[in-house]
Amino acid sequence: MLVLAVDTATPAVTAGVVELAPDSPPRLLAKRVTLNAKAHGELLTPHISDSLEEAGHTFADLDAIVVGAGPGPFTGLRVGLATAAALGQALNRPVYPVATTDAIARDAASGHPLLVATDARRKEVYWAAYDAAGRRTDGPHVERPQDLAEKLPALGVHHATGEGAEIYQEILGLELLGAKHPTPEGLVAAAAAEVLAKARPAALTPLYLRRPDAVEPTGRKRVTRA
Amino acid sequence: MSDRLILGIESSCDETGVGIVRLGEDGSLELLADEVASSVEEHARFGGVVPEVASRAHLEAMVPTMRRALDASGAELSQIHSIAVTAGPGLAGALLVGVSAAKAYAAALGKPLYGVNHLAGHVAADTLQHGALPNRCLALLVSGGHSQLLLVEGGLANSITEIGSTVDDAAGEAYDKVARLLDLPYPGGPPIDKLAKQGNGCAIAFPRGLTGPRDAKYDFSFSGLKTSVARWVERAERAGEEIPLADVAASFQEAVADVLTAKAIRAAKDLKVDTLVISGGVAANSRLSGLAAERCAEAGIELRVPRPRLCTDNGAMIAALGAHLVAAGAKPSPMDLSTTPGLPVGTVQIL
Ligand SMILES: [Zn+2]
Repeated sequence: MLVLAVDTATPAVTAGVVELAPDSPPRLLAKRVTLNAKAHGELLTPHISDSLEEAGHTFADLDAIVVGAGPGPFTGLRVGLATAAALGQALNRPVYPVATTDAIARDAASGHPLLVATDARRKEVYWAAYDAAGRRTDGPHVERPQDLAEKLPALGVHHATGEGAEIYQEILGLELLGAKHPTPEGLVAAAAAEVLAKARPAALTPLYLRRPDAVEPTGRKRVTRA
Repeated sequence: MSDRLILGIESSCDETGVGIVRLGEDGSLELLADEVASSVEEHARFGGVVPEVASRAHLEAMVPTMRRALDASGAELSQIHSIAVTAGPGLAGALLVGVSAAKAYAAALGKPLYGVNHLAGHVAADTLQHGALPNRCLALLVSGGHSQLLLVEGGLANSITEIGSTVDDAAGEAYDKVARLLDLPYPGGPPIDKLAKQGNGCAIAFPRGLTGPRDAKYDFSFSGLKTSVARWVERAERAGEEIPLADVAASFQEAVADVLTAKAIRAAKDLKVDTLVISGGVAANSRLSGLAAERCAEAGIELRVPRPRLCTDNGAMIAALGAHLVAAGAKPSPMDLSTTPGLPVGTVQIL
């Protein structure tokens, strides 16, 4: 099966074309990745078109789309989801959302219990924990690294990966692995079972984990109507 | 060349809009679909649009709104000739949802993409109802987000010049703030208009901003008016008087309509333009359109106000603007098109 993978939940603008077959790991045919937290909107669709072209395919050849649903900074995150949703509608193909942390955990393939932590800005991290087999055991959550550090003994992880784990390595005190941003293969691997089974995709709901910043006005209204 | 179907996508503020327009060989426009999903109710308790709430709503609404528009038009995506999308001005995060989706539709379908100006779209909306614009015309755009006087020359695809704008609040913003003061719901335009009908617009002489001899002739200011209404109400409350709510609403509304129409008519006379288009959400205001009709008739100016549905933000106006660009042979925008929250009105299309 020919699968398009996109993710915009980290500073990486990620698109790739992946071949997926039963009983073998996803095989990357072509990818375009740019590290620029402000360029998701500009670059994602050109990256998709360029990847397809390099892979020698067209949009019509795609069987499915996999998209990272976050968690991640909202504005960038929505670019991937809006793009994937529109592609799915235009091509009449299923779109499978996966947690971006799941894809990064697949990429790390550490064989150990693992913490994936990405940068949530505002001095917080998005995090999820995985067992040695790569199954998610907790999260995703958004939290201050200091508070996460207190939970680490209970989580039983000694390895961590992701940009959040790197930035706050001193606070978390875990051995750092190299997987930082989700790869197309990692994204497809995280959805492989559903894609191969042609399962009905879950709703394309972003993992925001935070409420919008909005305060209801508190000032007294001046006039009360009779 | 046969008829071409132009799709328009709008997401600059709190309305997710998808419109489909048929562009005839003769340049005529026919509206086939105009579907809008609004998040206005989600913003009501905050008294104004919350950008993040609007962006989340756009993402949820985009695909279903597209589906409804296609169903209404009887067309399939594969039959669409070109896709136009609002690239600015507007809320950054909100614009990004529409532009991201539009790029994906365009790329997947192999169709040209036009990243266009929302304000020019408001003017284009009128051509869906009243046909082509004359070679020169003046447009007054009034809404919660905009208050502008524009000179349109040689068609929408050619030249739009801003000759005046608000120096502080937009007209619709002033309505929202005064509505809050009078304990009326958000958005403030419709309830103030309704209440004002029972009041006397000459009861209280609220100030007309920027109308002094040395003030900018075509610019607007509504912040002082809003403050003046607040002071008047406070004074009456302190004095223990009963607040004549209908008179306050009518007098406020009179001040807004008076300034907007007086400046628009003056500009039309100065620039020797004989057509005035009023668009934007506040164009639906009964006193504004009534006073504009009176004054335009006196001055011999043709007044064009699209029906309320076309005046508020929608995808049809973006499709209409896209159709004008396609008809004029404009080049498509690049696929690495970026959103421009502060896009100036002179830039009709981002290239
Ligand atoms: Zn508008």
